[in-house]
Amino acid sequence: MADVTQLIHDYLRHNKKFPHVFCAGCGHGIVLGSLIRSVHALGLPKDDVVLVAGIGCSGRMAVYVDFNTVHTTHGRALTFATGIKMANPRLKVICVMGDGDAMSIGGNHLIHAARRNIGVTALILNNQIYGMTGGQCSSATPQGDISMTTPFGSLEKAFDIVDMCKAAGASYVARGTSFHAIQLDRLISSAIMHPGFSVVEVFSPCPTQYGRKNKFRNAVDMYKWLKSNTVKVETLKDPTQKPDDGRIPIGVFRDVEEPGLEERYFELQRKLMGQNR
Amino acid sequence: MAVQRKKRKRRELFALGNEAVAEGALLAGCSFYAGYPITPSTEIMEVMANRLPLIEDGVFIQMEDEIASMGATIGASLAGRKAMTATSGPGFALMQEHIGYACMVEAPLVVVNVMRGGPSTGLPTSPAQADVQMARWGTHGDHPIIVLSASDVQECLEMTVTAFNFAEKYRTPVILLLDEVTAHTREKITVPDPDEVEILSRVTPTVPPEWFKPYADTARGVPAMAPIGSGYRTHVTGLTHDVMGYPTQRPDEVKDAMLRLFRKIDQYYGDIQMSDEYMLDDAEVAVVAYGSVARSAHLAVEQARERGAKAGLLTLKTLFPFPRPAVEKLTHRCHTVVVPEMNMGQMSREVKRVNNGRTKVRTINRVDGQIITPSEILKAIL
Ligand SMILES: Cc1ncc(C[n+]2csc(CCOP(=O)(O)OP(=O)(O)O)c2C)c(N)n1
Ligand code: SF4
Ligand SMILES: [Mg+2]
Repeated sequence: MADVTQLIHDYLRHNKKFPHVFCAGCGHGIVLGSLIRSVHALGLPKDDVVLVAGIGCSGRMAVYVDFNTVHTTHGRALTFATGIKMANPRLKVICVMGDGDAMSIGGNHLIHAARRNIGVTALILNNQIYGMTGGQCSSATPQGDISMTTPFGSLEKAFDIVDMCKAAGASYVARGTSFHAIQLDRLISSAIMHPGFSVVEVFSPCPTQYGRKNKFRNAVDMYKWLKSNTVKVETLKDPTQKPDDGRIPIGVFRDVEEPGLEERYFELQRKLMGQNR
Repeated sequence: MAVQRKKRKRRELFALGNEAVAEGALLAGCSFYAGYPITPSTEIMEVMANRLPLIEDGVFIQMEDEIASMGATIGASLAGRKAMTATSGPGFALMQEHIGYACMVEAPLVVVNVMRGGPSTGLPTSPAQADVQMARWGTHGDHPIIVLSASDVQECLEMTVTAFNFAEKYRTPVILLLDEVTAHTREKITVPDPDEVEILSRVTPTVPPEWFKPYADTARGVPAMAPIGSGYRTHVTGLTHDVMGYPTQRPDEVKDAMLRLFRKIDQYYGDIQMSDEYMLDDAEVAVVAYGSVARSAHLAVEQARERGAKAGLLTLKTLFPFPRPAVEKLTHRCHTVVVPEMNMGQMSREVKRVNNGRTKVRTINRVDGQIITPSEILKAIL
């Protein structure tokens, strides 16, 4: 077995009945691989990692991997993660959510987690569709695209998740794709080690529910598209502006040191208890 | 030789029902509160905001809504904390999906719902008892649940401690239903010395992590619970799961999991169902009441006795599982049962079901935001 494959196997739950639920060509498994490599490279003990997942194909990731895993409800993973982090700030809490999960039903929790700067890492697997429920549009589906609930093309604009998280106050915001796997490892590692709220949006193809309806012949075409339609943000002349050619910038969009909510809370507690003594 | 007897440290307080709930929670070992303000429950949250930051590791957090409050409360429970949230009608409606999640993953926690007039925004500052059936059946899917109530301020404290104890003992969410009158009445109460109170905590695993089955059946039907981060790496999911906690659709595993959830509550029915009897020994007319209405009923029964009527009162402290034996006993002895409540008959329906036509059941129902007075109940008794 190749070393990387061996490494992944060290982190999977072998007492869980495989096969997994992901379709061939799905980007979600690549993100899981990247997450495992990042945790391994950082040398984090499995016992200290908590993977909190929402509901969707993306959320299913939690059951396969041998961390502390919590598969929560649709859209609310960040609220559970907030409780876990405040209850035990020593833990590395990582949230996996879909685009529908994080931005549609759970949008309120996302902006508040960002505003609070809670020390949680949010991985948002953006496949621009509701994968699990069979291909309905999400708030990240591009305008004009076809889905089961927008059979004549979506009239609504898609959310830009990076812009949204920056505006809401997240202290680390990045975007990667499941094509750029090496970069993704770096982004996820930095996000996990970042104090405060960190977000990594990952463009992750869903050939089954999105690709087929939107003129991608197969999964490979979708990965080729990711390759040619993205641009490293650091190569842009003006990284604050979106490129005119419509390419999607990827990389780190914000990285500032700000203590997480839990740090500020327990700092305050130490002060108060010192006064009371 | 003189034995040094430890002096009990009791505290007397002049407190609101809501403040007594907070005192009870802290006494029970609650170290985590997540919530969202709503009348008439807000004082619970405000006391917790003042107290928890002063307690070692105590955590208070105001969330963005009640969905988030329940999510955070469950998260904290899974991480080993005794956790609570409090709300009122509209917020309780938002919490329902997560209450079901807590039932499914067997997360011990306490939810306080101070009932106000509804539906919708209704009467935010007026009392009601209109969420009784919602507390029982509000979340989707078949599930058992424990619902408790309190009728005076001292009881607010005591029932909160009981709620935590039941939650920990049976690994289940417990709902404490108060009404606005009880929550906003100010009375003298005694906060007992922590040493005087029985405080229960969840059972944690003793086997090594590789042997641990997080949802294995036990004689009590309640599996041991390993806090996240304690070295037992488990999977927690709202999907129906097998004994390892992994999702399953196998009918035999699904059936076992569901039946155990019910059995762990059902088999301790005797422990869980709590009620108080007053003058019932020779009673011919019995009043069955709960919450602040039980206090009006108490006075009504006294007045009825003064007039020579053989009346008595059964105060329900546990609403669900419904205290069937206590009610059944009455229906064999009395000719009339009176059920006063601030709703259109949510508990009288349960009473009628147990009564099964043996006695007359008289209902007194108010949904105008007003309390039920002793004279109204007296009239129904006589
Ligand atoms: C409260 C609630 N509403 C709706 C659903 C149904 N549902 C399950 S997954 C999902 C959408 C998943 O889309 P996304 O979050 O983008 O994840 P993906 O499957 O694409 O990875 C929906 C609507 C649900 N489980 N819970
Ligand atoms: S439906 Fe889409 S997102 Fe879900 S597993 Fe298949 S390819 Fe992946
Ligand atoms: Mg999606």
